Amino acid sequence: MLKYIGRRLVELVPVLIGVSVLVFLGMHLIPGDPAQRLLGDKGTEADLIRMRHQLGLDQPVYVQYVRFLAGAAVGDFGISIRTRQSAIWEVGQAMPVTLQLSLAALLFSIVAGLAVGIFAARHPRSLADSTAMMGVLIGVSMPVFWTGILLLLVFGGMLGWLPLGSLVDEGMRWRRITGMPVVDGVLTGNWALARSGLAHLVLPAVALGATSMAAIARMSRSTMLEVLGVEYVRTARAKGVVERRVINHHALRNALLPVVTLIGLELGLLLSGAVLTETIFALPGLGRLAITSVLALDYPVVQAVVLIAAAIFVLANLIVDVLYAYLDPRIRYT
Amino acid sequence: MTMLDAVSQPEAPRRRLAALSWRRLVRSPNLLIGLTVIFLVVVSAVFARQIAPYDPIDQQFTAQLLAPSAAHLFGTDEFGRDILSRCIYGTRVALAVGVLADGIALVLGVLFGVVSGYVGGRVDGAIMRLMDVMLAFPYLLLAMIVVAILGPSLTNAMIAIGIVYMPRFARLVRGAVLAIREEDFVEAARAMGTGVVRILARHVLPNVMSPIIVMATLTVGFSIVETAGLSFLGLGASPPTPEWGSMLATGRSYMLTAPWIATFPGLAILVTVIGFNLVGDGLRDLLDPRLRGRGF
Repeated sequence: MLKYIGRRLVELVPVLIGVSVLVFLGMHLIPGDPAQRLLGDKGTEADLIRMRHQLGLDQPVYVQYVRFLAGAAVGDFGISIRTRQSAIWEVGQAMPVTLQLSLAALLFSIVAGLAVGIFAARHPRSLADSTAMMGVLIGVSMPVFWTGILLLLVFGGMLGWLPLGSLVDEGMRWRRITGMPVVDGVLTGNWALARSGLAHLVLPAVALGATSMAAIARMSRSTMLEVLGVEYVRTARAKGVVERRVINHHALRNALLPVVTLIGLELGLLLSGAVLTETIFALPGLGRLAITSVLALDYPVVQAVVLIAAAIFVLANLIVDVLYAYLDPRIRYT
Repeated sequence: MTMLDAVSQPEAPRRRLAALSWRRLVRSPNLLIGLTVIFLVVVSAVFARQIAPYDPIDQQFTAQLLAPSAAHLFGTDEFGRDILSRCIYGTRVALAVGVLADGIALVLGVLFGVVSGYVGGRVDGAIMRLMDVMLAFPYLLLAMIVVAILGPSLTNAMIAIGIVYMPRFARLVRGAVLAIREEDFVEAARAMGTGVVRILARHVLPNVMSPIIVMATLTVGFSIVETAGLSFLGLGASPPTPEWGSMLATGRSYMLTAPWIATFPGLAILVTVIGFNLVGDGLRDLLDPRLRGRGF
């Protein structure tokens, strides 16, 4: 298994180098001069030349790429053109927000998706099954930005149960440990912070996780239905094993296999969904940082965001493949 | 038809495509509902001028932010434009976007997939690594960068979404081509000296059509959502184009005071995408029952 993981990790390197080439070329193909943008209307021609030199833009493209790659390998993505802060610092500030949002969305989608899917599979062709599957169809078809707006309108505006966007209540300050308000609140015993963070997290997490939840529900229903019909489950029932044990012990583990693959794929969609969710809920995460940086031609930050997101995605898929072996003893990697 | 076509082609895929008879369609309620929804969307797009009660870009400053009523069934926006009329005209943009973005993804994806699967070796390795890289790239960021390179516009948003979806088609087609490449009838065609292009066009592609059709149908819906997402971020349609994503973006500012501005365009996206998803799922059930209920 360790050999397999090692080989897969090595295979990730060319993919990440490919992503770095793509994002580097992509950002350099965007029309506009970052040095000019940075100087605005104030700079003279001499200032422009100096700024281009400072940013390394006067070097040939391949030299710029090699410099970028060498820096990226040690976590140095350069200085943000927009804020003059280190690009990795910018990403570090935004990352916990997106991480907290994505983890909450993932948790919601897995728990709710499996619950709906298993429930529907246990009552096939019933009214509850049809209703659940209709809900699933709506879930997979709903654009994340509309789900977010509707949730804000109903639970934030009309019912007033939950706050309208942002990370925590206005004016709330806290000692940053992880940068995730809910986690920091728990770690420091600041329950007001944890409560506020949680209240602000619910709607964006549900909005972001809704599509994945629907996809997981559909997949788990389908695989559960298949597994519940196979011989070893019928044997377990015939032996008089209680239904809860049949589901949890015999069926679920085997039904989970394709669902795990789906969860790996859904992980890749979360950052893209986060761009829209963070825009709607005014969250200072990676998604918002990415769109602001693309529009401002802040290529060091865009390159950092994309490379880190791609690394998380490919690593998550590796973890999913390893989970396979745990869930299905028939699969052994070498 | 040559003898080779008549004798050696496997019957199953052909039969599966032929299975799309009217009788089978009627027996699949989801497919029928989906087709009805798409039909209504197409009718709205074609006859928008006749159906829409008002001009979609006509601003009436005496009728700003009106709630839904008999005069304006879906209400009006901040410029006094009729939301129902804008939603109806929006079907034109949505269909054009969905079909064209899907078409770009389909053509490029099939091309890469067929070449990769059939030629194999280093070409296959190179193409598939490129696809891996594109799939590892957060897709909305890739689309945003493509739009930033080409300039924000609806056409460029379509191209960006087409490029983003291309690797999924390429992988699907490559897998199918790999499976079919070693079949006897392809071997026979090769042995008879048939050219590569002819083998691909006459023997390989027709036999991988089922999954392509299903994926293409589902991708129309996804493309509509993603392009609306780009417009929502200000990277797609520009005002005053009646496009659902940009209508939603405007509606967000009036969410608490005039919720109908964001509600109805979102509902239009939802219904249209449900239509394409139902048809995609229904076609998959008909063409490949093994995948029933799975989704891609």
